[in-house]
Amino acid sequence: MADNKPHIIVKDLTMAFGSFVVQRNLSFTINRSDIFIIMGGSGCGKSTLMRHMIGLIRPAKGQIFYENVSFWEANPDQRDRIIRKVGVLYQSGALWSSMTLAENIALPLQQYTNLKPGQIKELVALKLALVGLAGFDDYYPSEISGGMQKRAGLARAMAMDPEILFFDEPSAGLDPISARLLDDLILELRESLGATVVIVTHELASIFTIGNNSVFIDADAKTMIAQGDPKKLLAESKNPVVHKFLTRGEG
Amino acid sequence: MPNSKPKVVEKSTPGKTANISFEQPAEEILHVILKGAWTINAQLPPADEVEKRLVATGGVRRIGFKTDGISDWDSALLTFLLKVADVCSKRDIDFEKNGLPEGVARLLALATAVAERKGARKKTVREPFLNRVGESAIGWWLSINETLAFVGEAAIALLKFAAGKASFRRQDLVLFIQQCGADALPIVTLISLLVGLILAFVGAVQLMMFGAQLYVANLVGISMVRVMGAVMAGIVMAGRTGAAFAAQLGTMQVNEEIDALKTMGISPMEFLVLPRMLALVLMMPLLCIYADLMGVLGGLIVGVGMLDIGLIQYINQTRAALNISFFLIGIIQAGIFGVLVALAGCLRGMQCGRSASAVGQATTSAVVTSIVAIIVATGIVTVVCNVLGI
Ligand SMILES: Nc1ncnc2c1ncn2[C@@H]1O[C@H](COP(=O)(O)OP(=O)(O)O)[C@@H](O)[C@H]1O
Ligand SMILES: [Mg+2]
Repeated sequence: MADNKPHIIVKDLTMAFGSFVVQRNLSFTINRSDIFIIMGGSGCGKSTLMRHMIGLIRPAKGQIFYENVSFWEANPDQRDRIIRKVGVLYQSGALWSSMTLAENIALPLQQYTNLKPGQIKELVALKLALVGLAGFDDYYPSEISGGMQKRAGLARAMAMDPEILFFDEPSAGLDPISARLLDDLILELRESLGATVVIVTHELASIFTIGNNSVFIDADAKTMIAQGDPKKLLAESKNPVVHKFLTRGEG
Repeated sequence: MPNSKPKVVEKSTPGKTANISFEQPAEEILHVILKGAWTINAQLPPADEVEKRLVATGGVRRIGFKTDGISDWDSALLTFLLKVADVCSKRDIDFEKNGLPEGVARLLALATAVAERKGARKKTVREPFLNRVGESAIGWWLSINETLAFVGEAAIALLKFAAGKASFRRQDLVLFIQQCGADALPIVTLISLLVGLILAFVGAVQLMMFGAQLYVANLVGISMVRVMGAVMAGIVMAGRTGAAFAAQLGTMQVNEEIDALKTMGISPMEFLVLPRMLALVLMMPLLCIYADLMGVLGGLIVGVGMLDIGLIQYINQTRAALNISFFLIGIIQAGIFGVLVALAGCLRGMQCGRSASAVGQATTSAVVTSIVAIIVATGIVTVVCNVLGI
């Protein structure tokens, strides 16, 4: 499945809020159809890295390439086109609270396509069915559980059939079975759509079962201290921090 | 639907079309042959093509697919296939997935894996007229109950405060005092000064007809000090602070912050509502005095600048017109307005639903409630004073 063409390249990225540097010198490559894991302890800058990659924060230094187009040097039209091939599931779901699930998913379709309302309705029903929420079209986000909100967020992220999916801690706050189902779903989507998936997570179970490439960023070193297939990292990494993380501190 | 579409809209590209054709190797088998680009921006054949064909031929027991000619596909193909699958299950026809591209078959399996939960779908039934009347009457009654309960709880919190047992953070109180007091001065200055000016202008035109323009000082002085100072300060605070209270508490409600307080055994009434109420009740009389002064100043500008009344003369005339009871009535009213605005803002905030638009409604409703309450209270105070002969 994974043809090894680079899809996203992060080059020499430094992230900072004002004078507070979160991470520096990040360089890694995400290949097409990878399931790429961004891992590291809490507060090390994983979400911040994701927000840089999806164009919400401008890097203090460095570049992010989407298929050889440098995102932050591209013109607004190009940026728009890149961003529309990206679907994002935010850490807190970030569903629009005053819209029903159907309206949440339909919004990008209404904005970017000329589909008729009937077609949009069918697509919405399909996306909801894919995440196991068939029939919940008319519910408001506040009326469904946290796990369902996550899945609805996933349905919204998939609305435009994106080539790249970003997930920020998708399984945080889910029970182990739901978390497992979500992992399966992500794998299934990757297999059937051939999408590139970037996941921010520190769930070891997910990291090992679905990840095939990763980067480990560290809060103390303020840079990446390992990269590669997580299973290989576990077996081979000499770095005590990485090893401790991947073995839940059991050494 | 949004009417201003962004620049880049994917038009259905004329070059991209999806085709459908059929072949029937045997009486009971129908092969659906799909060709072309089955994507949402392509021109798709009408969805009921397959059903029409089934109706036309009859006797089909099995549907298979030939998809070698498909150049590109996305969700559009899936929705199409789901519809076909739906038709098949209704007519008791076998739906064979083997001919489909692998990814499509897997996604179809996924989409049908979790059956729709029974009773999950919401039904929109239109209630009969009488039901709706009854329901809104009950809703009205409930909201009165809720309001009374809220006022009662607020009163209890106030008593607890008087007994020194209320728990809230002192620095919150200081912050709110600053927000409702000092921070409100510029806007109160502007509004009261203008109201003073306007009163003086309007009054002067009438009084000049009798050559009694000196009495502009009485008119402005009494109306500002007795009513308008308090009302103007109250309305400014309703728009400024009452709305802010509702938005703050509403957002906290949305984020489950208020639930978090409750489960920690902290009364939101004491912790959130009480300091806001205290701050407003303490600051409103001061704002009222300030507004009175500004209003009189506005009148003075017109009197001295336009009507040729001497500065000292105007001041003396104002002093003669006013007495301490006018002043007290104004201040007491301001205190009452403070309570009303704080209660309305906090009540609407606490009643807020769990969505962004609910916060908007809470804010609007807080302002409307406050202003209505202020006007009604002014009416009552005026009538009472009249009856008592003050
Ligand atoms: N908007 C912001 N302004 C300033 N600092 C921030 C902001 N967002 C995050 N940070 C800081 O950046 C660091 C990384 O945060 P984050 O990316 O959210 O961590 P995590 O890896 O847990 O997702 C933290 O130290 C946080 O305090
Ligand atoms: Mg995070």
